[in-house]
Amino acid sequence: MTRSGFKPGPLVWVAVFALAALLPLLQPGGFVLDVAINVMIWSMVAYGLNVMLGYTGQLPLAHAGFFGIGAYTVGILTLKQGWNFWLAWPAAIVICALGGLLLGLVAFRTKGDAFSIFTLGVGVIIALVINKWDSLTGGNDGLNGVPPASSLFGIDFSRSANFYYVALAALALTVLIVARTRQSVFGRSLVAIRGGEDLARSAGIDVYSHKLRALMLSTAIAGLAGGVYAAYVGFLGSAVAGPTTTFTVLLYLLVGGVGTLAGPLLGTGIVYVALQFLKGLQDYQYIVFGPLLVLLVLFAPQGLAGLWDRAQARRVQARAERAVDHA
Amino acid sequence: MTILFQQLSNALALGGVYALVALGLTLVYGVMRVPNFAHGGLYMLGAYFAYAALNSLGVGYVPALILAAVAVAGLAALLERLVFYPLRNAPHVHAMIAAIGVLFFFEAVVQLIWGADFKQIAEPVPGILNLGGVVITWQRLIVIAASVLVMLGLNFFLKRTLTGATIEAMSQNREGARLVGINVNRVGMLTFAISGALAAVAAALIAPIVSVAPSMGEVMNLKVFAIIILGGMGSVPGAIVGAFLLAFAEVFGGFYINLDFADVIGFAALVIVLAIRPQGLFRRGT
Repeated sequence: MTRSGFKPGPLVWVAVFALAALLPLLQPGGFVLDVAINVMIWSMVAYGLNVMLGYTGQLPLAHAGFFGIGAYTVGILTLKQGWNFWLAWPAAIVICALGGLLLGLVAFRTKGDAFSIFTLGVGVIIALVINKWDSLTGGNDGLNGVPPASSLFGIDFSRSANFYYVALAALALTVLIVARTRQSVFGRSLVAIRGGEDLARSAGIDVYSHKLRALMLSTAIAGLAGGVYAAYVGFLGSAVAGPTTTFTVLLYLLVGGVGTLAGPLLGTGIVYVALQFLKGLQDYQYIVFGPLLVLLVLFAPQGLAGLWDRAQARRVQARAERAVDHA
Repeated sequence: MTILFQQLSNALALGGVYALVALGLTLVYGVMRVPNFAHGGLYMLGAYFAYAALNSLGVGYVPALILAAVAVAGLAALLERLVFYPLRNAPHVHAMIAAIGVLFFFEAVVQLIWGADFKQIAEPVPGILNLGGVVITWQRLIVIAASVLVMLGLNFFLKRTLTGATIEAMSQNREGARLVGINVNRVGMLTFAISGALAAVAAALIAPIVSVAPSMGEVMNLKVFAIIILGGMGSVPGAIVGAFLLAFAEVFGGFYINLDFADVIGFAALVIVLAIRPQGLFRRGT
């Protein structure tokens, strides 16, 4: 089974990002820009999840927790300690990577379903601790008034049109890192682990350390996204770190296509924008999304990028058959 | 000392409810190898069905409990047919994700019908029992007695009846069960129905003590999953021991350490146990 997916070349990616970079020039604020920044933030989390689910074949369910840790690290350091955003952000990423390491040390003693459920438990603990630790996180009231990113090189990042480029750069960096990782020996080893741990081990891959490093990369990306979120939204509540967020990101990833490079961005973009039209549903959005999730895994588990892939394969096959007919 | 006994009765009642919900989950895992994330949703629906039967149909507490159990059992069997049976050969992650979809769907539907606010079910036997200074509500006693009764019944069913034995057989060896002529599909549906009924009974029992809310399923879900990992996935005795361990950790941890962190203590216990014994406490050899 090929899971390569819809594979736009590097040029297509450059074109997509170049086009995206023009958006603030056309629309220097308001609704469209807000949706775009949110899509970029959440697709980063989806990319992080994809490193684990798509490449390594493990489903961790603590990602919203790490997103929350990243966001709260930036929020607390900038709001309470007076740190500069540009220092707090890398700190958040490092903390999330270390958190991923700690989680992995214990969690990778379990496998498969138990691993998912175990990490879900950890995700809940993270959300609960954020919710209860009033003196540090503001507890139920949340953290209000996280300052926007401070100026750098004379550019005022408190304007959302300028901050848009921070999110865009972070997303570009994420895509680049994930793509490079996927192509490296490390990435191919991860795919081997997805195929079968015992086989990978017999091929000389240190499964445990590979999974650990994949999880660290994955949680670091979640922290990266969390940092952007904190500075952009300016308000943090503990709900964002809860399991519902993890499942929503999982939905984005599933719609787009697990294990593909375009999938996380595609899925997040489509679902998030669709959500804006379903705003009236608000709390009831899972009346639509719940069955959608079920139908997706039943009938299109490869997601949109996978559908594209299948159509492509059919076209290639048809061409081959025609060639045979002519011969 | 009286406080200790009071906490003990709280922990026993809570543990009984956890055990009923966890037993259904572990049976389904044993037979189908599916971590049914929708299980908490079934539990929550059980509470709402009991609430609806009490208030809309105007029946008594016991008939309401039975109605809820039957309705949820049917729904669980339907779920098996529509979602888990078609996914039986797909990677486990798929069944897990589909179940999550079902869980959120249930939650949204319940919220649409009954609203997000808490609902109350009146205690069937109001009042308290005073045992030498130890005060126990009748409802807690009912919960403890009923859950023990249901567990004994389940044990009898699994060990002493032919149908029950097919469930045991399938969780021991799926292919072997098929070879000796057990209808694997029927057993799968049956197991789902039993797990649904157990969850609904547990929910109807605890509903007069706690309140009924759409989010109650999600919380319970996490706890029972913690329990069956703790006990070893698919193990029946493991689920019962795990349930009471978690209940004791929560009640006594909440009482002696910090009530705010009662839920965290339960999960922290899970993390510690798994760090030492990753296969759980009672994992059978596979």
